[in-house]
Amino acid sequence: MKLDPKIPSGPLEEKWNRHKNEINLVSPNNKRKHHIIVVGTGLAGASAAASLAELGYNVSAFCIQDSGRRAHSIAAQGGINAAKNYQNDGDSVWRLFYDTIKGGDYRSREANVYRLAENSNNIIDQAVAQGVPFGREYGGLLDNRSFGGAQVSRTFYSRGQTGQQLLLGAYQAMMKEVHSGKIKYFPRHEMLDLVVVDGKARGIISRDLVSGEVMKFQADAVVLCTGGYGNVFYLSTNAKNSNVTAAWRCHKRGAAFANPCFVQIHPTCIPVSGDYQSKLTLMSESLRNDGRVWVPKKKGDKRPPNEIPEDERYYYLEERYPSFGNLVPRDVASRNAKMVTDDGMGVGSSGLAVYLDFRDAIKRDGEDVIRAKYGNLFDMYQNITDENPYKTPMRIFPAVHYTMGGLWVDYNLMSNIPGLFVAGEANFSDHGANRLGASALMQGLSDGYFIVPYTIGDYLAGNEVPKISTDHDAFKEAESTASGQLDKLLAVKGDKTIIEFHRELGKIMWDKVGISRSKEGLESAVKEIRKLRDEFWQNVRVPGEKNYYNKYLEFAARVADYFELAELMALDALDRNESCGCHLRDEYQTEEGEAIRNDKDYSYVSAWEYLGVNGKLETKIHKEPLEFEFVELKQRSYK
Amino acid sequence: MSTMTIKLKIWRQKNSHDPGHFEDYKLDDVNEHMSFLEMLDVLNENLIKEGTDPVEFDYDCREGICGSCNLVINGRAHGPKHMTAVCQLHMREYNNGDTIVIEPPRAAAFPVIKDLVVDRSAFDRIIEAGGYVSVKTGAAPEANLIPVPQDTSNIAFDYATCIGCGACVAACPNSSASLFTGAKIAHLNSLPQGQPERDKRTIAMVNQMEKEGFGDCSNFAECEAVCPVGISIASIAEMRKDYVKAIF
Ligand SMILES: Cc1cc2nc3c(=O)[nH]c(=O)nc-3n(C[C@H](O)[C@H](O)[C@H](O)COP(=O)(O)OP(=O)(O)OC[C@H]3O[C@@H](n4cnc5c(N)ncnc54)[C@H](O)[C@@H]3O)c2cc1C
Ligand code: SF4
Ligand code: FES
Repeated sequence: MKLDPKIPSGPLEEKWNRHKNEINLVSPNNKRKHHIIVVGTGLAGASAAASLAELGYNVSAFCIQDSGRRAHSIAAQGGINAAKNYQNDGDSVWRLFYDTIKGGDYRSREANVYRLAENSNNIIDQAVAQGVPFGREYGGLLDNRSFGGAQVSRTFYSRGQTGQQLLLGAYQAMMKEVHSGKIKYFPRHEMLDLVVVDGKARGIISRDLVSGEVMKFQADAVVLCTGGYGNVFYLSTNAKNSNVTAAWRCHKRGAAFANPCFVQIHPTCIPVSGDYQSKLTLMSESLRNDGRVWVPKKKGDKRPPNEIPEDERYYYLEERYPSFGNLVPRDVASRNAKMVTDDGMGVGSSGLAVYLDFRDAIKRDGEDVIRAKYGNLFDMYQNITDENPYKTPMRIFPAVHYTMGGLWVDYNLMSNIPGLFVAGEANFSDHGANRLGASALMQGLSDGYFIVPYTIGDYLAGNEVPKISTDHDAFKEAESTASGQLDKLLAVKGDKTIIEFHRELGKIMWDKVGISRSKEGLESAVKEIRKLRDEFWQNVRVPGEKNYYNKYLEFAARVADYFELAELMALDALDRNESCGCHLRDEYQTEEGEAIRNDKDYSYVSAWEYLGVNGKLETKIHKEPLEFEFVELKQRSYK
Repeated sequence: MSTMTIKLKIWRQKNSHDPGHFEDYKLDDVNEHMSFLEMLDVLNENLIKEGTDPVEFDYDCREGICGSCNLVINGRAHGPKHMTAVCQLHMREYNNGDTIVIEPPRAAAFPVIKDLVVDRSAFDRIIEAGGYVSVKTGAAPEANLIPVPQDTSNIAFDYATCIGCGACVAACPNSSASLFTGAKIAHLNSLPQGQPERDKRTIAMVNQMEKEGFGDCSNFAECEAVCPVGISIASIAEMRKDYVKAIF
């Protein structure tokens, strides 16, 4: 396996422009002759599909939900970063780049991250022109808020529904092209395999989720925008249909999977309430602008929060990180929440929660101001917990939220399978070992609007993609593999439900491949995952049939893939004998619990090659060294 | 923590040709903190263990934002709680021994696929007809070039926040899609960016709505009452006003 990141030479600020000037173009006449498949209609997929169609390509867009507008991106709350410097607080492309590289704990590529920061401003322009109603100041200009890991205000927002508004903008742009006939639209479809012919990605196998039919689709290139794999933990803030299946099946066809163990655990989520829990709800990071995080100083203090006097409260983030306070990056906030609850200072019935308190902000600004900023989040909290956060502090706890890892891509966002591009959360690209808040929306849209539409042209102009029919053996083989797996799942007819298996797998992952990891824990996780996977294939009960709508069959196939991915995540975490960003190895931390990075030995992207599953996952690591020419590697400090 | 026994009457329908029927179920140990959909998950776990087909229903985010969920509960779209999508409804709204009737949203333009799952692709086609501002990627001017008064932006947001669930259609005696369509028209038509295509958009979307077989609006306002995000029927007035302006 050859992994060439293809980073253009030259000064950081000139790389992307120069690259755009140098790459091959496809003439308008020829664009019409090309067909591109875009899988996923979240921010990355919808923006890519719309932009490619506008350029003149023929596009087919697939998604699982009944409408492209319902992709998981819709749920993003807090905002999107851009280096506009509208606040005149000293922001710049360089600063956004620097914050993102540092926030990711120096485990991402400089060139990619710089390009992301450069594109950020165009995204805001594009969204505003589409009619996205961002928050504005009285004078009618755009407003900003602050997010973790930055000392400037650069986050654009639409109340607590930024993802919804940005996605609707991209979805509408996509639907316009559906109307014009440039995009063929396949909602309620699930990609089950990638078809590779002569070493190039030439199509997909997808199941029509209504009729149940497994179908073949050919193309000149495939763009995978299928989101992240946080649901491997069963409980996460991801939507229920978020999954790894499309990415994993590409991995099985030869695409390298990069940094699988880099998982972001978001510090502010509503705690678990019972076994029936089906997902976790995020409370946006923007709340940390005004909310103060604390626990009682006394272990096991059961008094109601409002009765705990000021001097008996431990504002641990403010005390330990005076310069960033409650706005430390997510990994730091989550790890500290775990530390105080491990020490017995947690609150709520389970002891697995900390307070996020708005008392002082309400005193300072008044309830109306706080309501105007966060009203919908407060309502959501009250709806779920039956407690009023204007009166009593929120109880929050970390939850799995985002996956920095994903399919390996080069600077052009192409995987190591020529013709397979990967955009949005599905790739491993820009966030290193930790993603800063409000930068996933930015990345999805940067990839989809401003990168893939150019780089795909370069690929198509520079490569032969001969006509191909779906009668080709590779299509038949992939179709029968996908279809056969569904039959196999239905045939087990065991005693345990899919959700029972998934929950058990999630527990192993949370306990041993979660906020903190140790060699011992990871080794035992690997064994437990293997054992449970074997049991799954012998004892799972999948109801219904293959040839019509069957949600549980969809889930079963996704859980089957999680069982393989889970092992890879544990192996990757074992390989990385350092702590960085969200990856905290117990063995590598300071006495105060700060991560100790090892740049000498681990300054690389781990890119795994799939070799098979035979009781155990057969896999091989490849290393893409990370070279830092423009920033100096420092131990991160938010003190 | 108290638990309850709940009786359920659920619409079961194998496919669009099956006439469909109600089926009775009983569920013990329902926890008050469970969400309504988690209660259905538990029912389905029981059904799967018994060897019966689980009940199909649509959902994704379970946070009230994607608009996938759309059950009609005891005759009311999204259930009893004001401005709450069914995925955000919790069992604490119910009492021990209650009977809950669950149906799909019924409308000629929303054919049933299976059980509680319906086909809402008509909504996509309404947006496709004109629910956008035509701006090619890369062609946008600097964002702060056109200031938008804060009030205007807030009003646009209030309309733009429609989640496309279809509860308005289910609640309307005429199965009208006016609230959904009006919300998108009012969102885009209220902004400076939406002006150039205003007339074209309004006519195209209204025509598409009719073509899909949704009924007319007779001002019952049932839609507004069930809308989980509080879209105002003022949007329908805006749509009508703009439609009249556009055709004359
Ligand atoms: C609750 C929450 C709040 C967040 N808030 C913020 C925020 O404030 N700011 C920020 O920057 N980021 C935020 N994020 C992160 C951000 O929303 C996501 O990372 C981002 O939206 C992912 O976009 P995407 O386009 O890559 O994928 P997604 O939006 O996940 O879309 C995936 C698409 O792929 C489709 N798909 C998946 N598998 C298949 C398959 N096999 N076949 C066919 N289609 C498939 C799906 O149907 C869907 O259309 C938040 C995330 C969550 C969970
Ligand atoms: S207007 Fe309200 S009820 Fe109708 S689709 Fe939109 S959110 Fe749902
Ligand atoms: S499941 Fe997304 S709105 Fe209810």
